[in-house]
Amino acid sequence: MADIGDLSLWEVFIRTKGGLSHRHAGSVHAADKRMALEAARDTYTRRMEGVSIWVVPSSQVSASDPDEYDSFFEPAKDKIYRHPTFYPVPDEIKNM
Amino acid sequence: MYTTELKSGSDGGKKRSKVEIVEDPAKLAAFEARVAADEFIEAKDWMPEAYRKTLVRQISQHAHSEIVGMLPEGNWLRRAPSLKRKAILLAKIQDEAGHGLYLYSAAETLGTPRDEMIEALHSGKAKYSTIFNYPTLTWADIGAIGWLVDGAAIMNQVPLQRTSYGPYARAMVRVCKEESFHQRQGYEIMTVMANGTDAQKRMAQDALNRWWWPSLMMFGPPDDSSPNTERSMRWRIKRDTNDELRQLFVDVTVPQAEYLNLSIPDADLKFNKEKDGYDFGEIDWDEFYAVVRGEGPVAKERIKARTDAWEEGAWVREAAMVHAQKQSKKDAA
Repeated sequence: MADIGDLSLWEVFIRTKGGLSHRHAGSVHAADKRMALEAARDTYTRRMEGVSIWVVPSSQVSASDPDEYDSFFEPAKDKIYRHPTFYPVPDEIKNM
Repeated sequence: MYTTELKSGSDGGKKRSKVEIVEDPAKLAAFEARVAADEFIEAKDWMPEAYRKTLVRQISQHAHSEIVGMLPEGNWLRRAPSLKRKAILLAKIQDEAGHGLYLYSAAETLGTPRDEMIEALHSGKAKYSTIFNYPTLTWADIGAIGWLVDGAAIMNQVPLQRTSYGPYARAMVRVCKEESFHQRQGYEIMTVMANGTDAQKRMAQDALNRWWWPSLMMFGPPDDSSPNTERSMRWRIKRDTNDELRQLFVDVTVPQAEYLNLSIPDADLKFNKEKDGYDFGEIDWDEFYAVVRGEGPVAKERIKARTDAWEEGAWVREAAMVHAQKQSKKDAA
């Protein structure tokens, strides 16, 4: 008998309305992408919460490692000059 | 729907597991600091084993409660008094299924496969909210469930939107958005019946009589016999104690019953000016623990309905698998 473990896990991303990006909503179990899309629709958009859905096999997601947070994101940490507030604007300049 | 953390014994969960895992003190301290600062913990972050276990138990119990919670209401789907009521009830039951699925998916992020959770429910190893082991005898019960049971669920679930585990908190945000409809449709059913014929009024009162105390029990054992409360509060898994939430529920619900001209079945219920809230009678905790142990009036029926549905759906899952394999072969060719 097939158990639900055979129905693999898919991550669900939903665009709530035109102009916005797809955002992670949760996951569903499904045998294939069609079933995953329909399950995602029934689970996550019962009140018109979406105009578009992406489903991605969970096994295909690569994620950064939280234990490597410091070293992984370190390159951005000492570059405060990327922010406009790093630069003083003379008082005489009213608009910039 | 909702469940508080339940244990099967009548000891209120006082037996602790003998094996205590020794955690790395530095990691533990960093974790404690993060939750104390109201940071969210995410799936791949380090967490103490006890935190993971508590969450898996609580979230999966919560999911089971949503799923089993469909059954008492499903009992009235084909006997709903009008097409409108039937459509509303069907939509509510579908929401409960959805809530179960949000929660299973949140629990799975902690590394427990869905199968294992479902198996635990079917074998009786896992618990679900005691409230669903009471029968739904009349249509008024559907009103009382929405009003009281979903009302109690909302009290419990609103603070859980800020629970420390990110996937659980996000699932709760979704659940809470949908829960208010459940309560209002129930209260509307009660309003119609309480203003209806004498027979309808009697049914409404009878439903309130039977659901009131089980609803108060939904908040779980009193704080002084809820040994894990302190740790769960510290870890921000829980944000309020059982007794605090129970009091809040009573204070909000009594005026709603008064509006319906229905009486709460509690002779000791009395407004206490000093605490600006109601004093209420003693809850029958023996009944509560008996239901937790699986001695509720319809406990066996509930699990049988679940396992039947699971087994009868097996061919659908199999067919979906075979179809997927056939399609992928076609795509490859």
